[in-house]
Amino acid sequence: MGLLSDPNRRKALTNLLTRLNAPICMVCYLAAIVWFMGLAFEPFTLRTYMSENAMGSTMVEERFSSGERALSLAKEFDAHKRKAGGMPMEWLVKAMQARGLEVFTQSFSRKLPFPDENKERYMVRGTNVYGILRAPRAPRTEALVITAPCSPGNSNNQAVGLLLALAQYFRNQIFWAKDIIFLVNEHDLIGMQAWLEGYHHTNITGMEYSPLQGRAGSIQAALSLELSSDVITSLDLILEGLNGQLPNLDLANLFYAFCQKLGVLCTIQGKLQRNDWDTAEGYTHAAQTMMLMVLKQACGRSWGDHGLFLRYHIEAASIRGINGFRHYKMDVATIGRLLEGMVRKLNNLLERLHQSYFFYLLPSLSRFVSIGYYMPAFGLLAVILLLRALDLWVNLGAPALEAVDGVTEAEQPSGPGVLTVLTPVVISHLTGVALYLLPVHLQEMAVEHFPVSETEAVVLTAVAIYTAGLALPHNTQRLLSGEGTEQGWKVLKLTALLYLAVLLGCTALINFSLGFILAVTLVPITASMTPHMPKALSALAMVLLSPAFTILYCVFIYQELIEAPVSVSEGWMLFLSVISQGILDHALYGSLVYPLLALFIYPCWLMFWNILFWS
Amino acid sequence: MAAHRCGLSLVCILFFSSLAHPSRCDTLEKANDNTATKRSISEVNTDGSVAGEDMNERQWQSTDVEVNRSDGTKNSETFTPAPAKDQFQEELVIRPLHSGDIYASFQFRTLWDTDFLQEGQKKVSHYRLFPKSLGQVLSKFSVQELHISFTQGFWRTMQWGQPFIPSPPGAELWVWFHHTVSDVDGNWKELTNVLSGIFCASLNFIDMTNTVQPSASFKPLGLGNATDHRFLRYATLPREIVCTENLTPWKKLLPCGSKAGLAVLMKSEKLFHSSFHSQAVHIRPICQDEQCTSKAWELRQTLNVVFDHYTSGQGKKEWSLFKMFSRTLTEACPLASSSKVYVDITDNPEGELFELSPATPLLSQAVVLGDRRTYSVYDLTRAETFGQLRSFNLLLRWKGDSGDMLRPLLHAERYVAGFGLQTGEIHTVIYNNHPYRAFPVLLMDSVPWYLQLYIHTLTVTSKSRDNKPSYIHYQPAKDRHRPHLLEMLIQLPPHSMTEVTVQFERALLKWTEYTPDPNHGFYVGSSVISALVPSMVAMSTNFTQDQPLFSSFVPVKEESSYFVRVYTEPLLVNLPTPDFSMPYNVICLTCTVVAVGYGSFYNLLTRTFQVDEPSPPLAKRLANFIRRIRGVPLLA
Repeated sequence: MGLLSDPNRRKALTNLLTRLNAPICMVCYLAAIVWFMGLAFEPFTLRTYMSENAMGSTMVEERFSSGERALSLAKEFDAHKRKAGGMPMEWLVKAMQARGLEVFTQSFSRKLPFPDENKERYMVRGTNVYGILRAPRAPRTEALVITAPCSPGNSNNQAVGLLLALAQYFRNQIFWAKDIIFLVNEHDLIGMQAWLEGYHHTNITGMEYSPLQGRAGSIQAALSLELSSDVITSLDLILEGLNGQLPNLDLANLFYAFCQKLGVLCTIQGKLQRNDWDTAEGYTHAAQTMMLMVLKQACGRSWGDHGLFLRYHIEAASIRGINGFRHYKMDVATIGRLLEGMVRKLNNLLERLHQSYFFYLLPSLSRFVSIGYYMPAFGLLAVILLLRALDLWVNLGAPALEAVDGVTEAEQPSGPGVLTVLTPVVISHLTGVALYLLPVHLQEMAVEHFPVSETEAVVLTAVAIYTAGLALPHNTQRLLSGEGTEQGWKVLKLTALLYLAVLLGCTALINFSLGFILAVTLVPITASMTPHMPKALSALAMVLLSPAFTILYCVFIYQELIEAPVSVSEGWMLFLSVISQGILDHALYGSLVYPLLALFIYPCWLMFWNILFWS
Repeated sequence: MAAHRCGLSLVCILFFSSLAHPSRCDTLEKANDNTATKRSISEVNTDGSVAGEDMNERQWQSTDVEVNRSDGTKNSETFTPAPAKDQFQEELVIRPLHSGDIYASFQFRTLWDTDFLQEGQKKVSHYRLFPKSLGQVLSKFSVQELHISFTQGFWRTMQWGQPFIPSPPGAELWVWFHHTVSDVDGNWKELTNVLSGIFCASLNFIDMTNTVQPSASFKPLGLGNATDHRFLRYATLPREIVCTENLTPWKKLLPCGSKAGLAVLMKSEKLFHSSFHSQAVHIRPICQDEQCTSKAWELRQTLNVVFDHYTSGQGKKEWSLFKMFSRTLTEACPLASSSKVYVDITDNPEGELFELSPATPLLSQAVVLGDRRTYSVYDLTRAETFGQLRSFNLLLRWKGDSGDMLRPLLHAERYVAGFGLQTGEIHTVIYNNHPYRAFPVLLMDSVPWYLQLYIHTLTVTSKSRDNKPSYIHYQPAKDRHRPHLLEMLIQLPPHSMTEVTVQFERALLKWTEYTPDPNHGFYVGSSVISALVPSMVAMSTNFTQDQPLFSSFVPVKEESSYFVRVYTEPLLVNLPTPDFSMPYNVICLTCTVVAVGYGSFYNLLTRTFQVDEPSPPLAKRLANFIRRIRGVPLLA
């Protein structure tokens, strides 16, 4: 601080910062990228460990053995599902009652804002069935949830079968301290959302549902099970939830510990762990796994039925059985034992899971990167914005400083009017609001005038508004009375830089991946943008690094990483469906990525676009 | 609010007058004379001598009842006034529940013929059957009535029906003090600490922050027409865990301990291998006879257990005393004047549902909780009950599938709605399942201060219409001093669901106020719903000595209704909790911030800046120094 209170040294420091601004920014950017890529390198990561005492040291013995029964129940469920053409409610209620559970049902209905073409649904009507296993001598204050979705077609029958077999086995045990809720939800996430809203008696998304009749106190943890084959080769753990929320790391540790104990192959992001971290392949593998997690987390959707629990402060994860081409297969009884062990350990919990990390990245199941390690990567990017802002600030203040020195210059046009800066800001944000509101509200009109389906109408309207926003600078200029001044764009850029820094900073605190991906693409152009650059070239660069193109790149990278590369046209179709899914996720489950991009990031980017065309 | 209260307290007093007037000899020492033919409770001895010989003979014909009832009671109930007035009775009721579970309820009643609350008789030194530890406590703290219960588990009304004596999960204590007590709070505090020692429980955690004085929900059950709730204290500890350490002192209060009588069945490894466990002690003054010329203290010890046939029977619906308790009965407690085992066979009139062995010729009928029930009775004071093996092991074998249970007329549940750590909403849902009768219920809620209730958001809705409570008594909480108390008299329309909601905000506690496991959450005790429920059959208002203990606890005032108390689930609410592993980090951070940040900012803000002359270079200064010594003019 003495550094700042001494005017000479302060001047020296600012001189240094302004003179070396560009190189420092470059170094920061490179360092951020290198730091981030280094996170996947095994010696730099920590080994996962169980923090929760109640789950770590207690012994649990798994005895579940009714795998055959689970499979026959799965067949029966399948038959009844086909007959009922959906959730076989009566059968399921009877089956659960016969296992000594208190059974309740919940019906729900939801009209989507526009048809979901991926899942082919528009008017959704369904029923959730759940049975509560009451713990002996427990006062109904705590509960655990095990869910299995009732999916159309052949999938997930085994999950329901295993659920029922587990219920039967659990019912005969005396050691339960928490009630256990066995839930079969229809229409995957929509049913889950209806059940959770019903359980907590809230209504966030305009869902219509019948109130729940039976409850079991506050839910401590939830496991979602997806299983579509009689035997499996590996189990995949899915953690990414709504808005990039993650469950407590101890839940992942618990899964990993039991996979180790029972000799089950376990994967994360569908990728097995490799032991050769010191080879290039080993590192690439870990980096790919981590990148997949970053991409999944950034898109802010719930990647399994568990994802919606996280909003209610319920730690939850999905476990998916994978039947691959490996030789070594496991039967349902083993998965049953794994679940039994996990549920028993969760049953031992004295407090909610809170000991371990909530913010982490996983390059593999046994290694994790904590928030303290990955945040510097983002911090280095955010510093660039602040440095550029400082540079502009000093630049703007420089003439005034000279005036004090007595060097009388020609009277500068007194600082740019508020209007000069405010107009582009307001207009950009109005465009953002249009991008947020119009696609869904104008779909009917679009369908009337153009030969497209509702979904296409929504997505194409969004793309159209986004593109139309590019014409904005000319309109803005027309609105302004005078010529744009040199000072004008500087003030605007200063505002925009600080605005972007705050936006990205807040985003990264909640959802690191989203903040980081946006920062990587937005920071270089925003930092370097001036009206004096060659227009055509920099306009091209700006468009190629705009938020929409970021999504497009992410689609391609994601496809590449899951080893299903797509051609350009397929990629474009995927891109359109990603946009429609984003809008749907926002309307159905309250995902915040679409409003964030439409209402804040895109207008912010438009402000820089304005600067480029400053005249 | 005050005017409202005054006006409507009358309604409330009327409503609960039935409870408030037990002084009219509701509980009697002497047997009535048998001219009362409309007695709803009677014991019938169809064939006393050939007990259990023939199953068919056991079948209970309604025509025989009329004949046998009078002489049966005359024969069995030749009551002689005991020379020593202290008396001890024990009984066990077993009710097979529709869910397949078994409900076993023990009741032990000790009568103590003394009245130490009378002036001048404060000191009592003679104890026979009554436990001295409790007697001394009663006299020292001038207790009028004391009810304490320890419960592990939650009574599932929808599966099990109503219990004989309800109790909330955890510990519950309510005490009426004698009206001569001047310092009620002081007495209460000491009493809870003493009881804590006696029952080996955490009752010492009862303090002013969880004690309330309900105005209408808890009326004295014994003698004494007290309505001034200043002498009442009520507290629950929903978190209390009940285990063997509480059972042992409870058993020691029995005259026979666990050495003889029904108490030998109380082996903790079995009692705690169950779905529900509740033990209670109720002390109250009662009348010795119908005219109430002399008074006595009644100590009732009850223990209720529900056994789960799934978990303990491996799916087989079959039980016996030995399977349930891992003991059989060999004798009654020698000090007991009566010792009986009742088995509820109402649902099994023809023996098609289950089979009971050994069979008993003794049948009894009682009106319990608005329903006429039939019981098989095993009298342990008779030698033939034990048969040749000198051991009594009751065995019940299910034959058919039990049908559906009638929905209990009144039940309630409660939950917390909403998410996040700032606000929430408590929902209490009360069901009236009576097809055509509306009846009022009294809802009592005691909510800890750290949930700050927004009482203006209180809504009561029945059948989606606003249901205005006719009486509301609300006492707001004081932070760290007393809890919220909310009492309401609500009329429940027939066949309806009534929802009471109130929003709350979660308070931020001081860091020392958190429990050692703050992330577990904080408990809110059960709501209490007290009601006079319309009865299906005429209740007996005519109390006699020979009726079973389980049906005679709550005094009945009217024939048309019976008293029910329903407890809801306790709530577990998470409060905003700091990360307690953080203090070290916080200390480090604060120290750094204070040392570096604050210091320099303060410095920067308070310093006055002056442009000072740039100091001359070192060489110049040296030269000037030398020049000064030499006396030569200095350099510029």
